[in-house]
Amino acid sequence: MDLEYFAELFLGGLTRGSIYALIALGYTMVYGIVELINFAHGEIYMIGAFTALIVASVLGMEFGWTHLGAILLISSLAAMIYSCSYAWTMEKIAYKPLRKAPRLSALISAIGMSLFLQNYVLLAQTSDFLPFPSLIPDWEFWEPYAHVISAPEIAILLVTTIVMILLTFLIKFTKIGKAMRATAQDSSMAMLVGVNVDQIISMTFIIGSATAAIGGVLIASHVGQINFYIGFIAGIKAFVAAVLGGIGSIPGAVLGSLVLGWTESFFTGYISSDYEDVFAFVFLVCILIFRPAGILGRSETQKV
Amino acid sequence: MKRNFGKFMMNAIAAGLMVFAMSGNGMAEDTIKMGVAGPHSGDLASYGLPTVNAAKLVVKDINAKGGVLGKQVELVIEDDVCKPEVSTNTATKLASQKVPVVLGHICSGATKAAMGIYKDSKIIAMSPSATNPDLTLSGDYPNFFRTIAHDLTQGDLQVEFAMKTLKLTKFAVLHDKGDYGKGIAEHVKNLLEKNPAAEVLLYEGVTPGAVDYSAIVQKIKRSGAEAVIFGGYHPEASKIVTQMRKKRMDTVFISDDGVKDDTFIKVAGEYAEGVYATGPADVSGNPMGAAATRAHQDEFGSEPGAFFHNAYSAALALLNAIEKAGSTDYDAVVNALRTRDVETPVGKIRFDEKGDAIGVKMSMYQVRDGKYEELK
Repeated sequence: MDLEYFAELFLGGLTRGSIYALIALGYTMVYGIVELINFAHGEIYMIGAFTALIVASVLGMEFGWTHLGAILLISSLAAMIYSCSYAWTMEKIAYKPLRKAPRLSALISAIGMSLFLQNYVLLAQTSDFLPFPSLIPDWEFWEPYAHVISAPEIAILLVTTIVMILLTFLIKFTKIGKAMRATAQDSSMAMLVGVNVDQIISMTFIIGSATAAIGGVLIASHVGQINFYIGFIAGIKAFVAAVLGGIGSIPGAVLGSLVLGWTESFFTGYISSDYEDVFAFVFLVCILIFRPAGILGRSETQKV
Repeated sequence: MKRNFGKFMMNAIAAGLMVFAMSGNGMAEDTIKMGVAGPHSGDLASYGLPTVNAAKLVVKDINAKGGVLGKQVELVIEDDVCKPEVSTNTATKLASQKVPVVLGHICSGATKAAMGIYKDSKIIAMSPSATNPDLTLSGDYPNFFRTIAHDLTQGDLQVEFAMKTLKLTKFAVLHDKGDYGKGIAEHVKNLLEKNPAAEVLLYEGVTPGAVDYSAIVQKIKRSGAEAVIFGGYHPEASKIVTQMRKKRMDTVFISDDGVKDDTFIKVAGEYAEGVYATGPADVSGNPMGAAATRAHQDEFGSEPGAFFHNAYSAALALLNAIEKAGSTDYDAVVNALRTRDVETPVGKIRFDEKGDAIGVKMSMYQVRDGKYEELK
């Protein structure tokens, strides 16, 4: 019984961590390349979820809710395209002009962008909570184990793993990845050897927001509701996870997210959920005292 | 010259004021004033305007029948925008107009801010909607009355219903750490702990807005609770219920008025089925309530809004008490409110010594086929 309870909490924490990871990846990639904390990233995730809801509702009404797989695929694609175009535009409008400005200015611009997008969705859509259809079906054969971990949770775990593997592959073994790593190390040097830095930065925003959009669809489908404010809370947690793992590092973001997910899950399970957030942040502070750059972060001496 | 002119102006203004004051006194002799305070503009206006309509309808009706104590009733309507800092001004204005009774305020915070002023000026206030328990239970405001049941009565009903009707004994009590939800949950926990037959296996606050509640749901499952009593609002409730049902748990879920909202059913969908929630009793069956609704439709051409029936009842109760007391004297009116029954749209009511209406009830509702149905 106790082992089963432990397993349930472990899996619950794993799911929660994977949710954070899908959002944290975007934070960490953008930070790695331009050293900007993109506070509007949570809003990109929220826009992804809204787009998927709109597309899925239209498809569901038009063709019925029988082809869940196709609806999931099309609405995820739409969400990704929509989120990517928002992120791309956002970078051009709010961050590119400030690339040479002091870093605080870009940070303020990011906070402004976050508030703008939140209020824009609030006004253009609604302030109400909206139901989100469960796009991931429950499998018949899984029913005996569904009380431990449900099919949508497995889907979240699988997708996070796949996304992480693809990203690692992209960064380690492709030309774009190589250019990204070069830009991260020294952008003016990369420019000198012929890397189109602007393009690489746009690419980073696009990839980061695509993962956030996938996260938006999966999480909304798991939780079953969305409103304009979901991006803020999820974004803060994912940001914490990225810092915990070592901001700038992709495996670090995933590890940090999982650690945060497990911390919250076990603390709630064995002690109390009253102080869940307090404990999570105390834990964060402790880790940062001993490893200021995060679990997998490398502390680099500032280039002069 | 200038100085003389100044003096002249002063005299003129003083004279003008005296005329105003005298006319004011003259009016007071042949009318009885009733203040109406609440949000009449701003984003919460929809909570306050139905009360103004209710007061207008009641006064029109009573004036047509000869008024109160042979005098016509006059309304003094003031806006407080639901803000405590504005409502003190509103209260001062009403006090300076020497109203003996006020119908209002609407929001608990604004009501609390205004009550001190009313208490000093010996004005009786009756709210159709402020449900904060402290307003009556603290005993700080002997001049406060209300025609709505306060928040803690929901807890009483939840416990009674779960133990007597559903015959459950093992409970998990949760809340969202907010004032409203935690207040109810704490009350429920105390009630259950006093009862030797009941067991509180879990008492915890959940983090509002979290992406996932699976850990707390696992904890509920492990505790072996037969029912969850949740204090809070619908966004968290729908997430917890959904995750419980997805984990194949059929634990009974009981909650409060913050969950008795159609949005809850819309969001939780099929998982909402069978959920219990407390809320003000449905008074549409009351003939007086139905008549008040019809009068509203005739006069204003629309359906009555929030707290309309409570406000209609409060206006009736106040004016009835003045009539029974034979004057607008504070002690006499308070005494009449506490001792004389009055027939209203929310039932036959009288007030206890704390100011809560005896006879105003909460009901238990259950989601059946996508709708909240009152359980009798």
